[in-house]
Amino acid sequence: MPEGTGIGAAVPRKEDQRFITGKGRYCDDINRPGQVYAHFLRSPHAHAKISSIDKSAAEAAPAVHAVYVGQDLEDAGVGGLICGWVVTQKNGEPHRAPKHPVIAVDRVRHVGEVVAMVVADTPAHAKDAAELIEVDYEALPTSVDLARTFDGDAVQLHDDVPNNTTYEWEVGDEAATAEAFARAAHVTKLDIVQNRLIPNAIEPRVALGDYDSGTGEFTLVTTSQNPHVARLIYAAFIGIAPENKLRVVAPDVGGGFGSKIYTYSEDTAVIWAAGQLGRPVKWTAERSEAFLGDAHGRDHVTHAELALDADHNFVGLKVETKANMGAYLQVFSTCVPTYLYATLLAGQYRTPAIHCTVRAGFTNTCPVDAYRGAGRPEASYLVERLVEKAAGEVGLDPAELRRRNFIAPDQFPYETPVLMTYDSGDYGQLLDKGLAHIKYDEFPARRAESERNGKLRGIGFSCFIEACGLAPSAIIGALGGGVGQWESANIRFNPTGSVTLYTGSHSHGQGHETVFAQIVSDLLGVPLESVEVVHGDTGVVPFGMGTYGSRSGPVGGGAIVTAANKIIEKGKKIAAHLLEAAVEDIEYQSGSFSVAGTDRAKSMAEIAFAAYVPHNYPIEELEPGLDETGFFDPSNFTFPSGTYICEVEVEPATGVVTIVDFVAVDDFGTILNPLIVEGQVHGGIAQGVGQALLECCIYDKESGQLLTGSYMDYTMPRASDLPSIRLDALEIPCPHNPLGAKGCGEAGAIASPPAVINAVVDAIGVDIDMPATPEKVWRALQGRRAAAE
Amino acid sequence: MPTVSMTVNGTYETREVEGRTLLVEFLREHLGLTGTHVGCDTSQCGACVVHVDGKSVKSCTLLAAQAEGAEVTTIEGLATGGELHPMQAAFREHHGLQCGFCTPGMIMSAVDLLQTNSKPSEREIREWLEGNLCRCTGYHNIVKAIQAASGQAVEG
Repeated sequence: MPEGTGIGAAVPRKEDQRFITGKGRYCDDINRPGQVYAHFLRSPHAHAKISSIDKSAAEAAPAVHAVYVGQDLEDAGVGGLICGWVVTQKNGEPHRAPKHPVIAVDRVRHVGEVVAMVVADTPAHAKDAAELIEVDYEALPTSVDLARTFDGDAVQLHDDVPNNTTYEWEVGDEAATAEAFARAAHVTKLDIVQNRLIPNAIEPRVALGDYDSGTGEFTLVTTSQNPHVARLIYAAFIGIAPENKLRVVAPDVGGGFGSKIYTYSEDTAVIWAAGQLGRPVKWTAERSEAFLGDAHGRDHVTHAELALDADHNFVGLKVETKANMGAYLQVFSTCVPTYLYATLLAGQYRTPAIHCTVRAGFTNTCPVDAYRGAGRPEASYLVERLVEKAAGEVGLDPAELRRRNFIAPDQFPYETPVLMTYDSGDYGQLLDKGLAHIKYDEFPARRAESERNGKLRGIGFSCFIEACGLAPSAIIGALGGGVGQWESANIRFNPTGSVTLYTGSHSHGQGHETVFAQIVSDLLGVPLESVEVVHGDTGVVPFGMGTYGSRSGPVGGGAIVTAANKIIEKGKKIAAHLLEAAVEDIEYQSGSFSVAGTDRAKSMAEIAFAAYVPHNYPIEELEPGLDETGFFDPSNFTFPSGTYICEVEVEPATGVVTIVDFVAVDDFGTILNPLIVEGQVHGGIAQGVGQALLECCIYDKESGQLLTGSYMDYTMPRASDLPSIRLDALEIPCPHNPLGAKGCGEAGAIASPPAVINAVVDAIGVDIDMPATPEKVWRALQGRRAAAE
Repeated sequence: MPTVSMTVNGTYETREVEGRTLLVEFLREHLGLTGTHVGCDTSQCGACVVHVDGKSVKSCTLLAAQAEGAEVTTIEGLATGGELHPMQAAFREHHGLQCGFCTPGMIMSAVDLLQTNSKPSEREIREWLEGNLCRCTGYHNIVKAIQAASGQAVEG
């Protein structure tokens, strides 16, 4: 590990000072003079016709400024919420996207859908008044169950979307896959359910809208992972204000995990109402609103089959997936079960023929979108459970079966049968490291020891691949994505040699203020404490795409390098002038510009000063100032990979699963700050273990009521649920971004669920779905016992 | 409206508040001490933990009026004389925080743990944190930070 503060050093975070002293500045900490408060009335029905709404009593209530219903926004020309990724179906038609009103007009389609907005002097007044709104609902039958929503007799959610289907899509070669199955020596079959999750960033969403009638400018302070994208949507599609008159600010944001990527009803209504009322309007979600309304994650039902030849080579993979979109299409929801999922079904393996069909559509539930990992956890869970099961069926060690089928290090770049070209990796080495850490050869002894203690012990593997940093923009566009996928960085030197870096990327826990400062410091020779990182304000930073898909390091970092190289190029010209040498003779290293072969040099600080105080300056050829912007659009995704191994003990009398050991070996390419990377992995694993053992969003299948709508019902992982985690890493640089970084934000959540469940299945000897709660495990054990008797 | 008085971070404060005002609202909205956070409505998440008369308390579960006359310490009052409290320093050194939202409650809770158990085991730390949710760190480095702050060796 490098010493000091440069790239790769374990630098403690700069931003921590404010967070550990209570000086963080989150959205809810911000208030504006004259501010009033919004409260949203939500549908108690999963599916109902709205016959009428009488808001007169609420309007007359004390301290109330306005009550808005869906029709008010429609009349004002406020556009509906949008989906930003159009998936082309296998019949060549675009997906079907139903209208998604900001506030429901004549029909509600999930519990918690916004029906009216009350603005009052205090949150309590707004809430009290909302109770006076009389909504005449005519309850309709529901379609809640994904497994049945495409059936012919299922209740239809949208009149213009037949069979509740937004798209039927496929990838891979169906004929080649069928042929592979026809000559297979063995076929392993698996039906799995990807449990629906509720993201639960600990900071609830907040929106604070303001309108300045003097300038005509709107400002929205909001808990966003990508303020520029939000501004683009509010401006171009919803019509709040043109981009130059709309500023979106996302200050300190308390976790996102995907749920704060999107544009939501509440933010839209708040910023619009601020314009109507000419004063600031603020809304802070209660946790129960977060459960009901923040975009949920996952929720697939899948049947898959893996074909093996007589030598245990994988020869074909067939996958049929149903994906739940909830009641409407969220911003990136459509790409999750397609391009972020099925394109990863090759995993780490050479499987030559793969075919996957995906049918996605609607149920009377909250909309689903990308949640940490987004599609890739669904893929890795499917592949790694299938492979583990196949190993058991053909009687081969699961590690050995994997090794036999790995793509070899000399096969990169490796084109898979499902659109991706993997760039680099060494899967065998990752597995070797994992096996050594877990002491795999001693597992039988540990299992015997557990058995003596009345416990069932199991071990589970997950050798996973993921794709991070969506790119390049042209391909994303060709696949239906509505935005570019580059990133921006502006490096602005001050005359005294300190630097402000403006990044279009956004930190909501990832540590950009430290890592990005390390990059600038390392490249430009500026002390770490002299680099300030600014993000999250469209009024200040260049247009950027924000943070999701583990893109900040590989893409955001690439933009910083691009800008830094421009600084160095300009610096050389200034140095050449000051040192009276030819530009070609100037060498740059670690913040110093020197004349080759001499000890004559100028420091970066001297160059910056000369640039801003250009008394002795090549003014005829060069503009003053030292302020450069870089944009970086990578040529490919990055492909982090790894081996995760989990060991569990199951208490047969109670079904309680305890993780007794967990090893994660990752290849993230260049590690920019190991302290931060390890933290990302720990957090990802906690979410993955949560999905595997604890978390599940449950709607009543008839009424569509959310049964897991609070921390009393939805099991969040707590400190005592989780093990200490052992980490190791390989650093095989990504060949197509300047830092060689592959992204580390999602690996833990992508890789850990199959490792945990494979371990549980190994312990109890029967298949089980997530989450493997004590009750489910206990029932599975009873079933096994009954079958044996 | 009733008047509520208490000492917060060493300063005597008196305000007129609605009877239903929670302690966390009193701190955030009336005193502007926004370091104490609200993350849920069921007293589960622990982002709002402060000390009332030296004990860790979820300030969303207490009316301001119930803290009448009390000594309250919030995250803003933990550092003294410009020096971080050892628990704050340990959270930073061991990367025990990411987004920072749960951190004030987590630190205030951890400080109280060491008041009652000066050398807690890993298991005791994990069980003490039952009332504090973190979605970012997986608790791994929080546990390490608390071990370090208690003067115990930290591994991994």
